[in-house]
Formats: sequence, C-alpha cells, structure tokens
Amino acid sequence: MSNPKEAIKEKSMVIQKDMLANLFTELSNAKANGKKVVYTFVPGNLVELILALDMLPVYPEINALQSGMRKKSGSYIKDAEKLGFSEDVCTYVKCDIGMMLNGNLGPTGEKLPDPDLLLLSYTGCFTFLKWFENLERLYPGVEIAMLHTPYQEDGQITDDQINYMVKQLQEEVIPKMEKVAGKKMDYDRLSKMLENSARQEELWVKVLETAKNRPSPIDSYFAGVYYMGPLNTGFRGTDAAVEYYEELLKEVTERMNLGLSPVTPEGEMKEEKFRLVVEGPPNWTNFREFWKIFYDLGAVIVASTYTKVGGVYDTGFRHEPGKPLESLARYCMGVYTNLNLPQRVDLIEHYIKEYKADGFLINSIKSCNSFSAGQLLMMREIEQRCEVPVGFIESDLVDPRYFSYANIKNRLESYFQMLEQRKQILAREEANA
Amino acid sequence: MMKQQPERLLTLLEECKTLAFDLNFTYAKEWKSKSKYRLLVGYLPIYVPREIMHAANALGVGIMGAGDRKQIIKGDAYYQSYICHLPRGVIEMALDNNLDNFDGFLFPSICDCVRNLSGMFKLVKRGKFQRYFDYPQNFEKHIGGTFYRELLETIIKDMFQINDMKITAKHLNDSIALYNINRRLIEKIYDIRKEFPWRLSAVDVYHIIRAGMVINVEKHNEMLEEIVGLLNEDYGEPMDNIRVVISGSFCEQPPIGLIRSIEMAGCYIIDDDFMLGSRWIQGDIDDASQDPLNAIVDAFLTQSAPSSAVYDYGNPKSARLIKKVKDRNADGVIFCAASFCDPALLDQPDLQKACDAAGVAHINFQFHENTGQFKVIKEQTGTFSDSIKLWV
Repeated sequence: MSNPKEAIKEKSMVIQKDMLANLFTELSNAKANGKKVVYTFVPGNLVELILALDMLPVYPEINALQSGMRKKSGSYIKDAEKLGFSEDVCTYVKCDIGMMLNGNLGPTGEKLPDPDLLLLSYTGCFTFLKWFENLERLYPGVEIAMLHTPYQEDGQITDDQINYMVKQLQEEVIPKMEKVAGKKMDYDRLSKMLENSARQEELWVKVLETAKNRPSPIDSYFAGVYYMGPLNTGFRGTDAAVEYYEELLKEVTERMNLGLSPVTPEGEMKEEKFRLVVEGPPNWTNFREFWKIFYDLGAVIVASTYTKVGGVYDTGFRHEPGKPLESLARYCMGVYTNLNLPQRVDLIEHYIKEYKADGFLINSIKSCNSFSAGQLLMMREIEQRCEVPVGFIESDLVDPRYFSYANIKNRLESYFQMLEQRKQILAREEANA
Repeated sequence: MMKQQPERLLTLLEECKTLAFDLNFTYAKEWKSKSKYRLLVGYLPIYVPREIMHAANALGVGIMGAGDRKQIIKGDAYYQSYICHLPRGVIEMALDNNLDNFDGFLFPSICDCVRNLSGMFKLVKRGKFQRYFDYPQNFEKHIGGTFYRELLETIIKDMFQINDMKITAKHLNDSIALYNINRRLIEKIYDIRKEFPWRLSAVDVYHIIRAGMVINVEKHNEMLEEIVGLLNEDYGEPMDNIRVVISGSFCEQPPIGLIRSIEMAGCYIIDDDFMLGSRWIQGDIDDASQDPLNAIVDAFLTQSAPSSAVYDYGNPKSARLIKKVKDRNADGVIFCAASFCDPALLDQPDLQKACDAAGVAHINFQFHENTGQFKVIKEQTGTFSDSIKLWV
C-alpha cells in the first residue's frame, strides 16, 4: 500500500473547508456567545429549522466519519466496547460514544459543545433511535425532540404520513426548538432558507448529472461525498451554500467542456476505463487508499446511492418555500435510506441506464443494516434487469478492524478484469454486427 | 413419594411442542382450508394487534424464524455474515414454500433488517400484501394515535380486498375479548411459575406460548385454561435454583437447547421476553367500546410493554426491567441477545448499569437461533447461579 501524498484539492473543496472551519470555530465559541447547540442526524435533517432559530447543528455521524478519517475511530470504538457495547453493533454509535468519553474533541482539536437539544430525526435508520437513547443518558436532563419519519414501505408518500409528520413538527418539534432557542420561529426567514435550499438542490443535481458525460468530469462517490457536504453538514438553506454550489457547478462544467476526467487526490485521472454505479457508504478509515484502488485502475463512479443519503433530489424533489413543513416532511421521507427495497432497486437501475454504467458495485457495510440488509437480493435484481457485471465487497464505516486492503483490492482487480473482458466481447459483437 | 406432573399436562405440552416448531404451519393451513373466506397473515416479531386479523376472519401466524430446525442454504446467499440469523431463516422458508397459502405478511418496526425484509418479500413476490408495520414513536393520541389508527385501517383494507370481510364493532370487540383472555391466561402461567417454578419448565412455557402464535386464539385459550387448571395441582419439588429474568431475546429466538441449558445450570427462568408480542399489551383492552379500533390504539399508546423497539423517552426501559426483577422476586438478569441484534445490544449497557445501581446480579452472552453448542453457556450460567447462591 502506498503512502498517500498531500491531496490535491479543487477550489470548491477549499471553499468548503473554510465553511467547515468557520462552523467548528463557531461551535467552539458557542457557549461563550450564547448560541444553542443541536445534535441531530444527516438523513432527514431539519437544518433550516435549526438555522432559522439561530442555533448550531452538530452531526454525530459526521463526527464519527471524521474520527475515522483522522484514524481516531479505532480507539474510540474500543473505549465504547469497554463500556459494554458489543462488537456487533453500529460502529458510528460506538465511535461517537468513545469520542465523548475522550473529551468530545472535534476535527479542529477543540471540544465540541454539549448539546442544548437532541433533535432525533428518526429517518431511514432504526439505530438512530438507539443512538439518541444512549446520548440522552450521556447528557442527563438535555432537552429532546423526536421526529418519527414513516418509512416508504409501500413505495409512496401518503397523505396520512405527511399529516403525521406535520403534526409532529407543528405541535412538538418546533415548540421544543423554540423553547431551547428562546425565540419564535420566523416563518418568513424559514421560507427564504427553503428557497435557497431548493436552489442548492437544483445546482447539486446539475453537478451530479455532468457524470452522464463521457468522460465524466466528476467521481460521484469519492468526490461526491465532499460535494454533498454543504447540503448535509449544516449549510443547506444558507447563502454560503448557494455560492458554493454555483462555484462547484462552474468548475465541473468547465472540466466537462474540456473533456477532463475527475480530479483525484493525486491529480487528474488520466483515462476513464470503467463507469460504475456504487451502492452503500464508503469506508472512512482508509478512504484515500480505497479511492486509489479505483482511480489507479481507471474506474469512475458515475452515480452512487450514498450521496442520496442526505436527500434524493435527482428524481425531482425540491424544498418548497410556500409549504415549509409539508416539504420538510416530504424531504425526510424521501431520503435514500427511507426508500423501500424495490424503490432502491428501481433507482439503481435508472442510474445504470441513464449514466451508461459498465457495472454495478456494492460496498456492503458491516455497521449499517439500513443499507446492507437485502443488498445481495438487490444485486441479483440489478444483474437480471440491467445485464451488467455486479461486484460485491465488504468493509465498515469507521472500524479499522473491518477494512482489509488486500482482500478488497484483490476482489476489485478481479471485478475490473471481468468488466474489461465484457467490454472486449461487446466490442467484438458490435464489430461483427 | 413426590407427585409427578399430571399425564394430561404432559399430553398438552407435547401438543404445544409439536405446534410450536411446525415450520410448515400445518395447523394454520388446515384452518384456512375450511373456508375460502379465511386468510393467513404472517407476522414477524415483535408485536402486531392480532385482534384486527381475528375480526377479519384471518389467522395471524407468528413467524419466529427457522431456529435450529431447518438447514439454511438459500438464506445464507441472501445475507452477509454480519447480519443476524432470523431473516435468513425467514427468507429460506419463503423460498422453500413453507409460507405458501399465506395471504399477507406484516413486518413490525423492530430494526432495519426486518424492515428491509419487507421489501425483499415484495421483490420475491410472496403474499398478496407485505407491509412494514411502522408503529408510531410518538405517543400523543391525536398525533401518533391517529397515525397508528390509519396504519391499522390500511391493514384491515388489505384483508378486506382479499376476503370481502367487513369488520364490525361487535366483531372487533369479540376478538379483543378473546385476546384479553389469552393474555390473562399467559400471565397466569407466569404468576404460577413465580410461586412454583418447578411445576413447569421454561422450555414448556416457551412451547405453550409459541404454539399460540400458530393456532386460532379460541383453541389456544382452551389449552391455556386446561394447563392453568393443571398447574394449580400440587406436584414436584423445588430445586436449589436461583431465579432469573431473561432480557434481549425478543426477536430472534434462542434455541430450545439454550433455554434448557440455562435451567439445567441452576436457574429458574421466572420471566423473559421470548415472545414479547403475545404479552405486549399489559392488562385488558376495552372490549365493550363503540369504537374498538380506538381501544386497540389506546392500548398501544398506554399499555405497551417495555421494548427495545420503542423510543423510551420519559419511560426508561431500565427502570421497568428493575421493577420486573423486583416484582418477580428474581435474583438476577441474564442478558441473552442474538448476535448482531442492534436493538437489544445497544440497550444492554444501560440496562446493565441499572442492574448494577439496583444491586441486581447479571451476566450476558449472545446466541444465534441455530447455535448448537451450549457447554460454555451452561458453565457460565452455572457459575452465575453458584455465585448468587454462595455470596448473595
């Protein structure tokens, strides 16, 4: 395994880095400045409500993944296991708890403030519920607001489900948030933020759709997780995020017009050999090495499901300023992990066809049953419907014990050989036709 | 000479044992075959209100996994090694036609594995309907209660579309009354075991309750009435066992060998959460209501048992577990969760902490439904039992 050099960053990544640094500085000064802090989750996040009440969001999953990238998650997880958490359970939860046990230091090395409110947006992941029960015990007496997002079990959003969510928002979640914030919700301000959100979502979809181009100017998975950052890490609805996505789209469009391949941590990819659709989150502990296996072999991810975990926008959903609560409800119910399995298969099939992918790959995550349970059946369905080679690898989110570089590289190399062979066969058939 | 278990009880227990582990659900299928208007609705752990099925001329059939009674071949090709065992057994049964003739399936909201299994049943097209039973995590009547009622109405409509059976208030009240009796009789068995645990083994209790998940409630009530009557006879002798509560086995079921090993190691299992769904509603549901569906909703909101499937804000499970230990006069808790069971395992540290604070001894181990080796568990449990007998 090579020792990764300092990553080469696109301009938009630098902008985002600054946005995040500012947020973490604000967080470290939150108590001194009298700012209230809300812990919440990425899928189905209600960041516009948080920001409209001048509070600051903290996302435990983001903390966990950043701990993974900073190689701290392994010891955090072990500390949580010493408290009695089983080796079998979600490592995001254990990493988060371990991080708190070790002083709750954020990526800047400064302590993250304790929560004033736990906003449990229980969307698309049952473990969130258990996670917040545990957090509640770590912060006794903290205020709690719970938003239960119904699962799209029948592949649709019903009026009953919307009414249920809107009532929860109106009568429980927002009043609790107002109480903690010490102010009333300004619905005009909220609408303005939702207008921004819709604009960001529009721009984000345009960025994603550039991957339909050949070569794709972006990697929709490894770079995609950075691109989706502002939408998922506390900036959706802000002017800053609009500027970010305008810049990102400009940058990506320029690359597309120049016929350039994606930028990787080691510079521009030379040749796009394989176009893939990927299902499942990435591994964070060995993110760079993991990505490198792909770009070294000329594989570009043209669409991924993980980048839809904070919201599926490329099938048409946009936040609506005129219907704030209803559209927040629809947003929550529409995130990828809240879709039922047939919907997920349909979406992947659409990606494979629309983005003209050569293959479909699943990175199955030990910690994440919401993604992983059922993936082997999804893989068969896709193989039958799309007749593309499918691949399956396994790793974990933030537990370094479950990332086997040699095993994954070996499997991927075999998979890419299969893709290469298929390409040759298809080319011969086309020549003979 | 010590009086033995009554012969009639032994016969009933044998019948329950056969019913409990009939993975072809022969009794239920025969029940259905007697009328074209009868339906079979399979449900997974933990809880569904069987009253609405009964009122719609349907038999709710508990699908508790394949346990150690079926070799899993296809199921392992559908699930990664780090996913619990229950769903692979269930999909194996579905693909092997064990669940043929079932009209629909309900997948209660317990975890993401069971949730996604509902989608797998849609993809492999088993049953005429497959519903994730997404019960509310909001317990305000006009919010969560309304949502829950709509959920129940949807399932009633699913059944109506198959058998044209319209549920009346009388139907539903009658069904509620039958399940009230059922719950009371089950609790009666636990109450008798609290006083005289030697009269019936935990394995026998397990068979009795699990049998009730695959037969009609009328027949189960008859069996329970008779069993309760027989349990009131004075027989057997107490052993020098400790008294334990089992916690964490509410979804994937431990193999019978494991339950037996715990008892053989010197522990009377005085209470458990093995088939929590049958005991979910604590106390009776109003069976004389003008709006019985509302009564079922109210019972869910206010009379649900503590469970890892329900957000426990304001009513922590830990306090309720300690209360159960005290009420049952138990000496300790055995945390016995299935491997990879996030709901049970993520609750465990807090429950253990509560036990420590209350001075309640506890041990823990994990299992698969097809675990075949119990030696280590027996030794661990035996040591636990001895330590309580000697030192507490």
